[in-house]
Amino acid sequence: MNSEHGHVIGPRTYILVFLSLMALTAVTIAAAFVDMGPMNIVAAVTIAVVKATLVLLYFMHVRYSDYLPRIFLGAGLFWFLILMALTLGDYLTRHLFRVGGW
Amino acid sequence: MSLARASGPPPDYINADYSVKSWLLTTDHKRIALLYLAAVTFFFFIGGIFAVLIRLELLTPAGDLVESETYNKLFTMHGIMMIFFFLIPSIPAILGNFLVPIMIGARDLAFPKLNLLSWYVFMIGGLFTFCVVIIGGVDTGWTFYTPYSSTYANSNVILTAVGIFITGFASILTGLNFIVTIHKMRAPGLTWFKLPLFIWAHYATSLIMILGTPVLAVTILLVGAERLFGVGIFDPALGGDPILFQHLFWFYSHPAVYIMILPGMGVMSELVTAFSRKKIFGYNFIAFSSLAIAVLGFLVWGHHMFVSGQSPYAGMVFSVLSMIVAIPSAIKVFNWTATLHKGSISYNTPMLYAFGFIGLFTVGGLTGVFLATLAIDVHVHDTYFVVAHFHYIMVGGMIMSYMGGLHFWWPKITGKVYPEIWARIAAVIIFLGFNLTFLPQFVLGYLGMPRRYHSYPEEFQVLNVMSTAGASILALGYLIPFIYFFWSMRYGKAAASNPWGAKGMEWQIPSPPPTHNFIEPPVVEEAYAYAEQREAS
Amino acid sequence: MSSGDKSTAVLSRHFEDLDQQKSAVTLGIWVFLVTEIMMFGGLFAGYVVYRNRYAAGFAEGSHHLDVLLGGINTAILIASSLTMAMAVFSAQTARRRALVAFLILTMVFGAAFLGIKAVEYGHKAHEHLIPGSHFHYEGAHRTGIYVFISFYFAMTGLHALHMIIGLGVMAVLLVKALRGRYGARNYMQVEVAGLYWHFVDIVWIFLFPLLYLIGRHV
Repeated sequence: MNSEHGHVIGPRTYILVFLSLMALTAVTIAAAFVDMGPMNIVAAVTIAVVKATLVLLYFMHVRYSDYLPRIFLGAGLFWFLILMALTLGDYLTRHLFRVGGW
Repeated sequence: MSLARASGPPPDYINADYSVKSWLLTTDHKRIALLYLAAVTFFFFIGGIFAVLIRLELLTPAGDLVESETYNKLFTMHGIMMIFFFLIPSIPAILGNFLVPIMIGARDLAFPKLNLLSWYVFMIGGLFTFCVVIIGGVDTGWTFYTPYSSTYANSNVILTAVGIFITGFASILTGLNFIVTIHKMRAPGLTWFKLPLFIWAHYATSLIMILGTPVLAVTILLVGAERLFGVGIFDPALGGDPILFQHLFWFYSHPAVYIMILPGMGVMSELVTAFSRKKIFGYNFIAFSSLAIAVLGFLVWGHHMFVSGQSPYAGMVFSVLSMIVAIPSAIKVFNWTATLHKGSISYNTPMLYAFGFIGLFTVGGLTGVFLATLAIDVHVHDTYFVVAHFHYIMVGGMIMSYMGGLHFWWPKITGKVYPEIWARIAAVIIFLGFNLTFLPQFVLGYLGMPRRYHSYPEEFQVLNVMSTAGASILALGYLIPFIYFFWSMRYGKAAASNPWGAKGMEWQIPSPPPTHNFIEPPVVEEAYAYAEQREAS
Repeated sequence: MSSGDKSTAVLSRHFEDLDQQKSAVTLGIWVFLVTEIMMFGGLFAGYVVYRNRYAAGFAEGSHHLDVLLGGINTAILIASSLTMAMAVFSAQTARRRALVAFLILTMVFGAAFLGIKAVEYGHKAHEHLIPGSHFHYEGAHRTGIYVFISFYFAMTGLHALHMIIGLGVMAVLLVKALRGRYGARNYMQVEVAGLYWHFVDIVWIFLFPLLYLIGRHV
C-alpha cells in the first residue's frame, strides 16, 4: 500500500531503520571525537548520507516507488550539486589569482 | 415549455456564471488564466510608466527631471515590475494555464485549487510590492546587490524583498502544477512526442521554475536577515562575501530569463506552423532543445559576474558554457525558418509578431554571445549594450511572442474576433518603435554610456533622443491592442471554433470552450498534422 | 486492531480515477520536496564556501554548541520520523486509534525538539553569541565565529520554521483522524504530510554534524 505497486513496508522494517539511524547517530558523534584529519568531514558527511538514504528508501518509500519521484529526487540532488560545484569553482580557484585579501 | 434558455448562446466557461464570487473562487484553469491576464496587464502598465519616466529623464544629458536617488528607484521599480510581475508569469500563467490542459486532453490542471492559490499568492505579492512603490520604492536595482541592499540602502529593501519572496511561490506552484499535469494527465494515446511544442516549452519552463526559484527565495531571506539581524553572510565588514550573493542571486536569475523566453518559443512553434500551413521542421530537435535550454541555462550564471571579482578561471568556464547555451536557441530559429521555407504563408497579426520575434530574438541572442566573450564584456558590462541586448530578447522576443500568442488564441479564449486591420497596424508600430528605442542603445553602450545613470555626456544626446522617440512610438503601439482587445470583448464578431484553420486540440472545441473543455474524450492525432507543401513542379 | 474503516475515497472531478489522482498527488509532493532541496541547498552552498574560508572560526564556533542537546534533538527527530511512518501505516490499515496516537507522539517529539532548540537559542543569547549588535566574543577567529553563528541561526531557524509548519499540518490531520476520516480508501493526506516531515528530518540529519561536530577532536 505504500505505492501503486501495493508493497507494504511494515512496522518491523520501520523499527529496524529507526534503530539503525540511532546507531549511526551514535557513531557520527563518536567519530567526531577521533582525530582523522581531513577524513573527519568525509566520515561525517558519509554517515549523514547513509542515514538520509535510509530515511528516503524506507520511511519515504522510495524503495518501492515509481520511477518519476526517483528521477525528480535525483534531479534535485543533481541541481544542488551544480550550485555547489560551480560556486566552489570560483572560490577554490581564486587563490591562483590572489592579489590581496580573499 | 420553458423559454428561459430557448435562444441563448451555448454554455461556455465565461457565461456559466457571471457572479464575482464565481470568478474569485473559481478553480477553472481558463478563468484563472483570465484573472492572471488582468493582473499581469495592470503590472505591465505600472512597469511601463516607470519606463516612460526613465526615457523622459534621458532626453537631456543633465539629470534634471529627477534626483539621482529617485532615478535609482525608477529603474529599480521598472525592472522589478517588468521581470517578476510581467515577464515571468505572463505566458505561462495566462496562455499556459488556459491551454495546457486542453492541449493534452485534460479537464483541468492536476491541482486546480493550487492554481487558484497561485493567483492569490501572485496578487498578494504584487499588490504588496505595488504598495511599497507608493510609499517610496527601493533603489538598489532589481539585482539587489549587497552590501548596498543588505546594509547601506535607506529605501524599502525588506518590504520589496517580502513582496518578491511571496510572488516567487506563485511561480513555484504554477511550475509544480504543469509538471504533474503533463506527466500524469495526458489523454490516452498522447505520448510525449505527439505533444504540441507549446507543451514541451512549458514543461521545460516549469522545471526551471521549481529548481531555480527556491534559491532566489532563500537568498532574499538572507538579505533580509542581514538587514534586520546583521547576520554576516554578504557584508565584508561582517566577514561575508558580496560575490556569494551574486552567485546565489544569478543562479536563479539567469535561468529566470529562460523562464521568460521558453514559453515564448513554445508560442512561436505554434504560430509558425499555423501560418505557414506546414508541419514543424525538426520537431524532435525543438523538443529536446527546450530541455537543453532548461538544463544548460543553469550552468552559465557567472557570465553576469565576469568583472565582479570572481575567479577568472570560473569566468572562462562560464564563458564557454554561455556560448554552448546559445546553440539550442539557434537550433529553434533554424527550425522555424525551415518551417517557413516553401510554406503557404499568411500575414495575419500573429504571424507578423512571429516574424518580428525571429529577427529581433536573433539580434538579441547574437549580442548575448558578444557579451559571453570575456574580453568584450569587460568593456560593455554595465553599459547600454547590455540593456539593449536584454531588451531585444525580452521585448523584441518575448513580448512579441506574447502579443502573437494573445492574438492567435484570443478568439478561442474570449469567443470574439479582434479587428485585424488595427492589429496589423499596431504590430508594425510596435516593431518600428521597438527598434528605434533599442537599436541606438547598442551604439550608446558600445561608445561607453553606462546604465543606471540619469545624466550622461553631451555627445550621447542624439542617440538618447532617438531612443526616447522610439519609446513613445512603442508605448502607442502597446496602447492600441489594449483598446481594441477591450473593444472586441463587447463588440467583436463571434469567433468560430477554428478561425485560423489550425491544427491542435484547442481548435476542435468551441470558442469559448465549455467549462469542462471536452464534451467527448478528445481524439488524439499527431501534432501539427498540416499537409506538407508540394514542390511546385 | 482496526476500529472499522469508515474512510471513503474522495475522487476529484478532473481526474479519471483514483490511481491517477494518487499518482499525481505523490508526484506533486516530490516536486515540492525538490524545491525544498534547492531552498536549503542555497544555505548549504553558502555554508561550504565559508567553512572553507573560516575553517578555524567554524571549528571554534562549533565548540560553543552543545553536542548533548544537539544529539538528543537528533534522536528525538529520528524518533518522530518513526512515529510518523507508523502513523502513515496506521492510516493505510485503518487503525484509527493507533493513527491518532502516532500523530500525537510525532507532534510531542516535534514540540520537544523545538523546546530544546529554544533553550539552545537562549544559551547562545546569554553567551552573546548571536548575530547583531549584541554579539560579543573575546578571542581569536572572531570574524569566522560571527559568520558561523550567522549560519547556525539561519539554517536552524529556517529548519525550525519548517517544523512549526509541519506541526500545524499535523494538527489539521489529527482533527480529521479523530473523526475517522482516514483509512484504506483515503490516506494520501497523511502520506503527503509524512513525506514532508521526513524531509525536514533529513535536513537536520545533515545540519547536526555540519554545525555541532566540527573539529571536536582537538
